Amino acid sequence: MKDLTFGTMIAVFEEMFGRGLFWFLVVAAVVITLAYIYVLIRDRSVSMKKFLWAQLSMPFGAVAAVALVLWVTKSSLSDLGGPIDVIIFLGIAALGAVGLSILVYTAGSLIAPPERSEG
Amino acid sequence: MNRRQFITLSAAGALLGASAHTAPAQTVKTSASIVIIGAGAAGTSLANRLVRRLDGAKITIVDPSERHLYQPGLSLVAAGLKPADYVVSSTAHWLPDGIDWIAEAATEIDPEARTVTTSGGQTVRYDFLVVAPGLVLDHDAIEGFSLDMVGENGIGALYAGPDHAARTWAAASKFTEEGGVGVFTRPATEMKCAGAPLKHTFLIDDIARTNGNAGKTEIIYANNSQALFGVPIVAEKVRMLFQDRGIAPALSHVLKRVDAGRRIATFDTPEGEKELGYDYLHVIPPQRAPDVVRQSGLSWADKWTDQGWVEVDMQTLRHLRYPDVFALGDVAGVPKGKTAASVKWQVPVVEDHLVAAIAGSEGTASYNGYTSCPMITRVGRAMLVEFDYQNNLVPSFPGIIAPLEELWISWLMKELALKPTYNAMLRGEA
Ligand SMILES: Cc1cc2nc3c(=O)[nH]c(=O)nc-3n(C[C@H](O)[C@H](O)[C@H](O)COP(=O)(O)OP(=O)(O)OC[C@H]3O[C@@H](n4cnc5c(N)ncnc54)[C@H](O)[C@@H]3O)c2cc1C
Repeated sequence: MKDLTFGTMIAVFEEMFGRGLFWFLVVAAVVITLAYIYVLIRDRSVSMKKFLWAQLSMPFGAVAAVALVLWVTKSSLSDLGGPIDVIIFLGIAALGAVGLSILVYTAGSLIAPPERSEG
Repeated sequence: MNRRQFITLSAAGALLGASAHTAPAQTVKTSASIVIIGAGAAGTSLANRLVRRLDGAKITIVDPSERHLYQPGLSLVAAGLKPADYVVSSTAHWLPDGIDWIAEAATEIDPEARTVTTSGGQTVRYDFLVVAPGLVLDHDAIEGFSLDMVGENGIGALYAGPDHAARTWAAASKFTEEGGVGVFTRPATEMKCAGAPLKHTFLIDDIARTNGNAGKTEIIYANNSQALFGVPIVAEKVRMLFQDRGIAPALSHVLKRVDAGRRIATFDTPEGEKELGYDYLHVIPPQRAPDVVRQSGLSWADKWTDQGWVEVDMQTLRHLRYPDVFALGDVAGVPKGKTAASVKWQVPVVEDHLVAAIAGSEGTASYNGYTSCPMITRVGRAMLVEFDYQNNLVPSFPGIIAPLEELWISWLMKELALKPTYNAMLRGEA
């Protein structure tokens, strides 16, 4: 590939999702991350109960991310052909797991803020 | 990709460092007239880049087609993996503001008088001409064959366009269910995306296999020469894949005639004519420069004389006899490079030399013959095949994505990233 710059990457991603959806996804990711930081700061500690829920959601996030990619690209597990494939596969799973756990933790904290006694 | 690019990639992934945008190149003030023939992959991409580099230039693009075709998608359409409209968009959608589009065919080029005449009788004068009308598929060169046969009686021809690619799948899918003998061909001329005949062979074989019909199918790949691919190391790899998959190569077989009634294909071979019976036949016809180019005196006089590619310098794509003429894309008379990926590397080179010429200096950019064709070997896997004029492999992701290895990531790239990258290229952004 020629001239793989940040600008090129953005242009390719814009084409992949459509300009509107791409920037919507970027904003959504930023908002969720900020909300996560916000609840961490607001609650001044990690709620172990919510953290447990977040952890329990991780396998679902991993499986969902992998299933989505396989489905969209009409491929199956048996198509993994080399080390880089396994790395990408695990990367997708990890992204799904971490993404969903952050979402679950943040949503939980926003919907049910800790009671005074808990903090 | 070098290490710096890899770091940029990682940074992009993390959406950091928005300042990494490349600085826009200096614009040049001019009143030059530039005519581009063809608004395909090459012409459109160049037009979008030139409007950013030139201030005041009169840019005219000539192309009769309302439809823009993303041709790499045809292979997917012909394997039932995408609908026909996946490859179709509108020409106007990609063209920049501030240029003239003449929706007519160029019918005459006079490089002495510096004019282009169109099918509607307009004559446009130019200071610089970029010839980018792609190539023509010479279906008539195959006796007994015509495009209306495609889709019936076991005949496919996916190069002919989206509708024919869809009809090709109609014929091919029947073969993957009923089995029989499949004969896959390629022409003896230069051709766009020399990997595409192989992709179709591999995909149809794979789909028959998935349908549980491997035992009922016999697949023959009729190759024009002794080597299965123009690049020796790739040819060897294809030979091994064929052996592994039980695909039988018929070497030095060039399709000459089709008898659709009796389902017999006749080939020219060094030992004379040979007949092969088929249940499914895939036809890719000889490919040549459009007539307007061949009649203009711009073609090589001593090379590819039956094909008429434009006589340009291999590195600069500038005409060897008319320095105000460039050729881009499939029509360029260079030994490699008839792919959209090559266009991506060629366009900045022509842009550089053209803008420099207008500014009264010499360009420095050089095209190394980069050609690439993600070779799908089955649904779910592909090989990245990237090479240059010297038949060297020039992998984009050395050490990360191995060339000539059947990988899922290469398939993901073909499925997810290739069309967006192509579109970004059309916009002049990649
Ligand atoms: C089946 C198939 C699979 C492919 N797969 C790949 C792939 O995987 N990867 C890859 O990189 N490349 C692939 N390619 C090749 C790629 O599509 C071409 O190399 C690329 O489109 C060339 O760009 P171009 O601008 O030279 O020609 P084109 O994109 O064909 O555009 C030519 C334009 O010129 C216009 N035109 C024609 N005659 C005239 C005239 N007389 N006057 C004015 N305008 C005219 C046409 O209407 C057209 O719009 C594939 C091609 C095919 C057919």
